Amino acid sequence: MQFEVLDLGLIDYKEALSFQEPLAKDVAAGIRQSTLILCEHNPVITLGRQARKENILKAEAELTAAGIKIVNTNRGGDVTLHLPGQLIVYPVFDLRRLGRDIRMFLRNLEEVVILLLEYYGIRAHRQNGLTGAWVSGRKIASIGIAISHWVTNHGLSLNVSCDLNLFSLIKPCGLDIMMTSIAELKELNSLKMGEVKEKVIEKFQQVFCSGG
Amino acid sequence: MVKVTLPELGEGITKAVVSYWYFQAGQNVKKDEDLVELTTDKATFNLPAPAAGKLLEIFSVEGQSVNVADTLATIEEEA
Repeated sequence: MQFEVLDLGLIDYKEALSFQEPLAKDVAAGIRQSTLILCEHNPVITLGRQARKENILKAEAELTAAGIKIVNTNRGGDVTLHLPGQLIVYPVFDLRRLGRDIRMFLRNLEEVVILLLEYYGIRAHRQNGLTGAWVSGRKIASIGIAISHWVTNHGLSLNVSCDLNLFSLIKPCGLDIMMTSIAELKELNSLKMGEVKEKVIEKFQQVFCSGG
Repeated sequence: MVKVTLPELGEGITKAVVSYWYFQAGQNVKKDEDLVELTTDKATFNLPAPAAGKLLEIFSVEGQSVNVADTLATIEEEA
């Protein structure tokens, strides 16, 4: 399956959503090709459909004062946090061309992350029964998608080089877990997001485009 | 009368949880309009209305677990 790439740079969560939704409708109508959106978000806490408010560990007023918004979304999953230095990938993909298989799509997203991290010399794995990608018991990538007319939106977030301390504001995905990032694991001060984006596109092509 | 059933959502997925009904019984729906949102794994799935008409009865309430092929609702087709 072929796809286009759209890089939105650093963009607010809701603004990125306003790109995704009409695009998903066009992909469903066959007007546009499946599209891979790449971006970074300003700090925001998002709540998926299974989210419990108690998984946000600070008062809303405190978060607002720190410039962190809280947004309800229609994706699957619990609470998550986005911030600069975290790569956000929104595949607006037509699952009618990918066997109409939700679980396989989720596993393929994990595969993209695992292959990408392999390039950086990091061995990531799946955690039994959970969605996402993990390195030595710490979470590095989170996944939550929504499907309408068999077209996906929302997607995955991968910690590239972000302030991991901010994750103490929430119970990520409702779990007592530690988060990690590529920069932390490789002991790098920074990492070029542009390079990671190029690699993630390559891995999406490898996983989703092989065999046509 | 048209049945709204839970379709196959992929290999190994046998059930989903009803998370949101966009309509109530008695309301009119258009064909292919999002009718009900279901949640499975880390995904939400919008099930479109299979026909245009009046939503007669809803059998699965929000929060309820449903199996593939279960009837979730019925629609009285427009004449």
